[in-house]
Amino acid sequence: MEQYDVIVIGGGPAGLAAAISAHENGAKTLLIEREARLGGMLKQCIHDGFGLSRFGERLAGPEYVERFIDRFRALGIEAQTRTFVTRVERHEASFTVVTVNQDGLTRYGTKTLILATGCRERTAKQVSIHGTRPAGVFTAGTAQHFTNLLGVLPTKKCVILGSGDIGLIMARRLTLEGAQVLGVYEAKPTPSGLTRNIHQCLHDYDIPLHLSHTVTRVFGQDRLTGVEIAEVDNAMKPIPGTEQRLECDALIVSVGLIPENELAESLNVPLDARTNGPVCDGQLMTEVPGVFSCGNALHVNDLVDYVSASGEEAGRNAAHYAQRTRDEIVLGASENFQYLVPQRLDRGADNSAVTVYFRSRDVLGKCRVTLTVDGRAVWSKQYPFLRPPEMQQLTLDFGSFGIADAASAQFEIEVEA
Amino acid sequence: MNISACNRKLNKAFGGRVHAALEDNCIVLRGTLDAWDDVVRACQMAATKASDCHVVNDITFTGAEIPPMRLPSLCDDALEGKTPDVLIIGGGISGVSIARELSRWKLDILLVEKEADLALGASGRNDGEVHPGIDLGRGSLKHKYVRRGNAMYDQVCKELDVPFRRVGQYVNFLWYWPLPLAAVYCLVRKYRDGISDTRIVFRKELREKEPNFNPETKFAISNPDSGCVCPYGLTIAYAENAVTNGAHISLNTAVTGMDVQDGRITAVHTNRGTLRPALVINAAGVFSEEVARMAGDRFFSIHPRRGTNSILDRKAGALMQSIASIKGLQLVSNTHTKGGGILHTVHDNLLVGPDAVETYEKENTATNPESIERVFAKQKITMPQLTERDIITYFTGVRAATFEEDFIIEQGRKTHNLIHCAGIQSPGLTTAPAVACDVADMAVRELRKAKSVARNPDFDPCRKGVPVLRDMDDAARAKLIAENPDYGVIVCRCEEVSRGEILDALRSPVCVPTVDGVKKRVRPGMGRCQGGFCSPQVVKIIAEFLGVPLSEVRKSSAESPIVFGPTK
Repeated sequence: MEQYDVIVIGGGPAGLAAAISAHENGAKTLLIEREARLGGMLKQCIHDGFGLSRFGERLAGPEYVERFIDRFRALGIEAQTRTFVTRVERHEASFTVVTVNQDGLTRYGTKTLILATGCRERTAKQVSIHGTRPAGVFTAGTAQHFTNLLGVLPTKKCVILGSGDIGLIMARRLTLEGAQVLGVYEAKPTPSGLTRNIHQCLHDYDIPLHLSHTVTRVFGQDRLTGVEIAEVDNAMKPIPGTEQRLECDALIVSVGLIPENELAESLNVPLDARTNGPVCDGQLMTEVPGVFSCGNALHVNDLVDYVSASGEEAGRNAAHYAQRTRDEIVLGASENFQYLVPQRLDRGADNSAVTVYFRSRDVLGKCRVTLTVDGRAVWSKQYPFLRPPEMQQLTLDFGSFGIADAASAQFEIEVEA
Repeated sequence: MNISACNRKLNKAFGGRVHAALEDNCIVLRGTLDAWDDVVRACQMAATKASDCHVVNDITFTGAEIPPMRLPSLCDDALEGKTPDVLIIGGGISGVSIARELSRWKLDILLVEKEADLALGASGRNDGEVHPGIDLGRGSLKHKYVRRGNAMYDQVCKELDVPFRRVGQYVNFLWYWPLPLAAVYCLVRKYRDGISDTRIVFRKELREKEPNFNPETKFAISNPDSGCVCPYGLTIAYAENAVTNGAHISLNTAVTGMDVQDGRITAVHTNRGTLRPALVINAAGVFSEEVARMAGDRFFSIHPRRGTNSILDRKAGALMQSIASIKGLQLVSNTHTKGGGILHTVHDNLLVGPDAVETYEKENTATNPESIERVFAKQKITMPQLTERDIITYFTGVRAATFEEDFIIEQGRKTHNLIHCAGIQSPGLTTAPAVACDVADMAVRELRKAKSVARNPDFDPCRKGVPVLRDMDDAARAKLIAENPDYGVIVCRCEEVSRGEILDALRSPVCVPTVDGVKKRVRPGMGRCQGGFCSPQVVKIIAEFLGVPLSEVRKSSAESPIVFGPTK
């Protein structure tokens, strides 16, 4: 059985960055990717806007990820593509990864694992859309796959439910392909996607955005023939009597991403109910020693630049991983955070440059984020506003906050008058 | 009940708007009502349980227009002039199991199904429980067949290479006071009905077996020989075995009319030509009444009853391993009003449901949020950890109930070259193997009146299904991949389905090269992402297999394209 220091599962932007970084930090590294080509979801994201913060350029998804693939290849890092991890066995201080591909079953030994498994999309049924089961109900990513990778049009006239970024991007993409997008419907009172996408994908193409509206039903026995729209109340429940029917041939749903952590769960890695990703420390190691998480499997990022950054972080830490007992404290976050990563700090680790990612639960005006350690405020930052679609990222030197001797650490958001 | 007493009851309830008449040993109801529930109620009033004098519903329903049967768009003459010995109408579990049992004989057998695949009616839209038959009334056909059918499942599923698990069923009670009654009930079932393994299980033992049941559960009636099977998987397996043994199946084929002369069907009209079968078997599910009418032999009526089930993520499957329901204050419920249960499927999901709602629409399988809410409200009492958050999808089926709530398995009363296998609803999946044997015997007896019928010397009862690689140990899996590398290419990540398995499904004896057809046979798209990742790949594999552009691939029917032409 071939032995590795680091095995990265998933060859998207997070996994590629993780593998490159692990290799550069001296680890014998293997990357395993389920699809035939590296690049993950970015292969089908042919719109631009990627890499602004990392490269200072507006790249298309494939261009962005190509830079990592080129580097990955140049470094001669091992990759197994079209290879599926069927299970991971956990041993005392190592793991066995069992894969299946055209050549059969293979077992790989490794000291550490990096889970860069990305997300799946929430489906129409998971947001309680009822009615018939016709052809023509797609998640935005599936519609994008058909359009951009297979070159076929999944709709001529559609309704999009959910103002998540992929939904907005697809509204523009389908319009450019000559399809009619009747409107984007969002159950929440505020958009879920980035403001720049609302402007560039909807406003610029006169596609209406209907907030506080949802799709309740689909019609059509064979191909979808229409959908029922309803206004929703504050609890996002449809208001009886507000239903209206729209004729169309497809419903495209962009109603959220769910980090894929079935492998993590099989290793008994505890997940955070707020992120649906693993609970991690400042080194992006999960509660299971030797198992790291990064990218969208850790939490849903708004920009791929951060995905790559967390991959690099995980890769570096995995490469330097040495077994020892962790001395963890909880990094708390008040209720008005949607989530905050990392959720733990290992007091024995080097926490001088820990990247913290968070989102607020609601749209907030001028506010201040404060870190208190053992009840005293050690750090704070003012924000002109916080919006749930826009993830915040900052790098903090927890060492300077006396975290090594602390009993508690908590982030809080205070809205300023 | 005599007819005048019946009319007095109807008069009292509906003020003369409905009356009953006894005609040809049928109770025919006529009149006009504007609420479908009233139509059902009136017919139920006139019906006698386990009677062979059936209610025929001729009440004019004015509340809505009853939609006509949906017909396939296909129109050709592929079947024109065919003269099969047996024409089976309906590709559900009844029709295909009869076809398979008949294929033991040297006969020309043709099964027609109007939909694009088998098991698209109630047979594919139920929870797959193999019932113990504990709650059925004596004297009914359901009761006659349920024990025999249940006992046949081990062998049938082994022969047909279909997963079947006797997981056991629990009927849970939250109070002790019904215990004496339940104990007597078990004894009665044991000595009168021969159900020997039914027994009372107390909370300690129940806790050990199913720790996540409601902690308030005091005891349960346990039926260890209950089981579960994949209902559409079994239907397809039966059909494949029938076809391998010489039977023919024509999908997208609807019976649109019949010519009947002197008590015999002389011609059957379909959208694919006119046939002249020697014998017709009516296994048309919710449309069995229409088939009987076409054959001039309508002596029963079907009142469709919808039921909705939810499918939960396999992660929730770990919550329980068996089949369970909760008993409220009513010890013995009518089977047709049950509020469903929870079932751990052969694919390790949980199924929650079904409910039961009367409807005039035989083909309306659209789901409604109320059904899910209702069923979950009840089943959370059975198992409090149950949550709607684990739902990955839901579906509705329509039961083909008669007003007597029993099966109709008999030769035509007026039309002689006809056998009805009608009114089949729960536990119709359980009874199917046994019913099929009897119907096949009836058919052979009838055919022998005109000619000799010999055994099929080549009959092979065994069918080999598509290998399921995810369930294999590493060595077996590696061996198969070495033989066919496509078994190593995973297409559906949630259910771990390989390209090889999908291609096997496309090459199977009843090839249905659609996304749904492949999904039902080997499960890509059945998992938690519901085909989000794999459906484009599956469409591509089907297109390559058929040698057509992607826009020619269908979800199910001819009118269900997945994508349109190429992008700009």
